[in-house]
Amino acid sequence: MANLETATPPARKAWRVPSYWPFVVPALVVVAGIIVFPWLFTIWMSMHEWKVGAPTTFVGLANYMRLPTDPRFVEAVGHTVTYTLLSVILPVIFGTFAAVIFHQKFPFRGFLRGLFIMPMMATPVAVALVWTMMFHPQLGVLNYLLSMVGLPAELWVFHPGSVIPSLVMVETWQWTPLVMLIVLGGLSAIPSEPYESARIDGANAWQMFRYITLPLITPFIFVASMIRMIDAVKSFDIIFAITQGGPGSASETINLYLYSVAFVYYDIGYGSAIAVVFFVLIVVLAAIMLYMRQRLHWNQTGGAA
Amino acid sequence: MKLRALLGNLGLAFGVLIIVSPAILFFIWMASLSVKMEIDNASYPPVLIPTQFAWSNYAAVFNSNRFTTYFFNSLIVTGSATLLALLIGVPAGYGIARMQAHKSTIVVLIARITPGLSYLIPLFLLFQWVGLLGTLWPQIIIHLVVTVPIAIWIMIGYFETTPMELEEAAMIDGATRWQVFRHVALPIAKPGIAVAFILAIIFSWNNFVFGIVLASRGTRTLPVAVYNMISFDQLSWGPLAAAALIVTLPVLLLTVFAQRQIVAGLTDGAVKGG
Repeated sequence: MANLETATPPARKAWRVPSYWPFVVPALVVVAGIIVFPWLFTIWMSMHEWKVGAPTTFVGLANYMRLPTDPRFVEAVGHTVTYTLLSVILPVIFGTFAAVIFHQKFPFRGFLRGLFIMPMMATPVAVALVWTMMFHPQLGVLNYLLSMVGLPAELWVFHPGSVIPSLVMVETWQWTPLVMLIVLGGLSAIPSEPYESARIDGANAWQMFRYITLPLITPFIFVASMIRMIDAVKSFDIIFAITQGGPGSASETINLYLYSVAFVYYDIGYGSAIAVVFFVLIVVLAAIMLYMRQRLHWNQTGGAA
Repeated sequence: MKLRALLGNLGLAFGVLIIVSPAILFFIWMASLSVKMEIDNASYPPVLIPTQFAWSNYAAVFNSNRFTTYFFNSLIVTGSATLLALLIGVPAGYGIARMQAHKSTIVVLIARITPGLSYLIPLFLLFQWVGLLGTLWPQIIIHLVVTVPIAIWIMIGYFETTPMELEEAAMIDGATRWQVFRHVALPIAKPGIAVAFILAIIFSWNNFVFGIVLASRGTRTLPVAVYNMISFDQLSWGPLAAAALIVTLPVLLLTVFAQRQIVAGLTDGAVKGG
């Protein structure tokens, strides 16, 4: 034992790094096959005129040049921006509020938190199906609820003007819990000292929230916003199952348009170009997220669970 | 002072009610739709609890000859994709955590932010060339896009927090790396594996976008089958809602019973598939 200890350290140090490789190899193979290969192949296809069943020809960047002149794509970008912006802001506001509530102590808190996160775990298509029924202008329960408080009936997802806000409502219902969980993690990391001294100085509840809590949870709210942004940009299931981009193309986001181009019109080359541009757009957002996350690391050392 | 405390409690109760009710009311309404006759579902004002329960809605779903096929398709796709992901992801998470190869997590991040549709175009063509379409294999393989990053991400986080002392002691005693992993690291990591397992199952079970492109009539998973029901019988809400509830019920039960693991996993990595 003593012998081993004195003899091995240099040798073990030298072998430490390479000898963990076998653990990673299977994952490398899978990641290469299902993540790296598809990406390289997509870039390759995006530079070709490539329709299913027809011969392919190299066209360079022509597919990319087509994007700004495609009115449907430009329109889809607009829808995506509106949809994303609303789907970040609303869940972040409600989620932060919910986190502050769940940070208090009250009976059945664990159970109620379980109920609260159900919307985000439930199968999106199943949820979308029920929302579609609730949106029904004549028989839907939502218009009945509106009439109970004296508001006029809405057309919800059946009118171009109200379709995106209605879908955002579903998205907000679904993803507010994730924001809540992230912000709740931030709240539980706050020490109690600042509140004690503030109370001695005579601060009221709002002042304590505004000047102590909010600054301390801002990094968490920011991370939640970034994650929300990434998910909202590529939101698909809810929109596809409820409206399929309609009525007309009023709720067609980039992701929905990508689906049509690739799997309805089978224009693989152009679809690949959209996929690449779409990805670059999200990466720019994610890069911001990563940057913020690294900065956040310093603040987090207090130890969120 | 007592009055203020009372008012504070009332305010809190009101706040709890407001934030929890959208979730609760939605699922209550979903259940209500699923047990009502067509007449009740089409009545105005809407009925919450019908005088006569239409359990036949559920019977209709279970008796439709394809339902069991779709259920087993879902079970096979989700089960295989999850088990494969753990088999691949747990050792990988261990290796990455011990090598401190933080840069490699960028791949996991890329997988996390790539829209699911982007994988579908190249892999669809690949599956077509290889001739796998029409079997469940394309879906099992493509679901790995969701499950493997979840498993790797959660296991890295978990192995980074487990103490090294035991492993070092075992190594000094002459255990090989594999033995250390198998007999020291793995048993300690069980809670982390449970988190990865549960989240992978949920996000694979819920996945819809891969199925609509890759599934044919006989290889549909439940979410795809439910979606196809929408387009065909738009008007019979009862059986539709019953089908929707059946599809999502396993996940809802898992959410309630494994809430602690889910919360830990989601706040840790904020993973979500698709």
